[in-house]
Amino acid sequence: MQKRLRIGVLYSRVRVEEKWIFGAMEKRGIDYERLDDRAISFDLENPAPWLEFDAVLERSISYTSGLYALRLLNAFGIPTVNTAAVAEACGDKVTTSALLAKAGLPQPRNMVAFTPESALEAIERFGYPVVLKPAVGSWGRLLAKVNDRDAAEAVLEHKSTLGSVQHSVFYIQEFIKKPGRDIRAIIVGDRVLTAIYRKSEHWITNTARGGEGELCPITPEIESLCLNAAAAMGGGVLAVDLVEHPERGLLVNEVNHTMEFHTAQPISGVDIADEIVNYVIRAAKAKQEQA
Amino acid sequence: MNTVSCPECSAEITLQDNTVVGEIIVCPDCGVDLEVKSLNPASVDLAPMEQEDWGE
Repeated sequence: MQKRLRIGVLYSRVRVEEKWIFGAMEKRGIDYERLDDRAISFDLENPAPWLEFDAVLERSISYTSGLYALRLLNAFGIPTVNTAAVAEACGDKVTTSALLAKAGLPQPRNMVAFTPESALEAIERFGYPVVLKPAVGSWGRLLAKVNDRDAAEAVLEHKSTLGSVQHSVFYIQEFIKKPGRDIRAIIVGDRVLTAIYRKSEHWITNTARGGEGELCPITPEIESLCLNAAAAMGGGVLAVDLVEHPERGLLVNEVNHTMEFHTAQPISGVDIADEIVNYVIRAAKAKQEQA
Repeated sequence: MNTVSCPECSAEITLQDNTVVGEIIVCPDCGVDLEVKSLNPASVDLAPMEQEDWGE
């Protein structure tokens, strides 16, 4: 008889998503432990305390803490949702865009440069308006819609002077005239569970910035594009964000690996938290069967 | 019963039954974010501010 599964859930603060996930774990009678990423540490010579977990679900609010924890756990041989490789693919928009391009998937025009001068050259060649985004970032933070050269010069100088070194990786994207919304799709494994429109008068549609959710019908095109985008990242529990370009149609904007779903779950009625827990259990069992 | 005092404005806050440690609540008086540090007895601290790498 196989030993009872023991699951770890890495978290920083208990958002409504974590409450739902813990609830789903308890409802299924899973032996799980809440791991506060501000309290844990790893002794690389002594992985034993971590090896008691058959799988770890990463729900850290900090991309950095979560990513490093995943790297260490994966190095110890512990299955994680998502894997460190997937977190790396999704957490940095330059990496994401490169992988989407490699997979031949439709996305906005993106350019990358490493100095304000070369970034300005790339922007001037491409034409205005453009959007500048940090390569690592979330919740619609620090996005700039740049309408002319004066603004480009100012934003580039401010980023390179005031930001950390990472802000000198200039990720430049075409500005897309969206129809007042974008699309957030929830993927678990090989299924698109649900999708919502995030509607806003503002060009930034993140719900963290006031975007409102509305159910989005999952067309075969949306389903296919989302599953391909998820696969290009390495697969797992992912939120794929799509934008509707007026001429080119659906484009993949980005993929999130520690997704929030406090809007999608109530709007869709899908128990996303339980689906995530089920996915983690399957990952843990798969590993157990290998041993 | 779980009642705490807001460290920012001293308002008395009653925690709901389904409150868990690590959760963020908002002070109904001054609007500051508070993190629930313990239950029975209940205690809260000012919640950490949003960092540059927070998110999905």
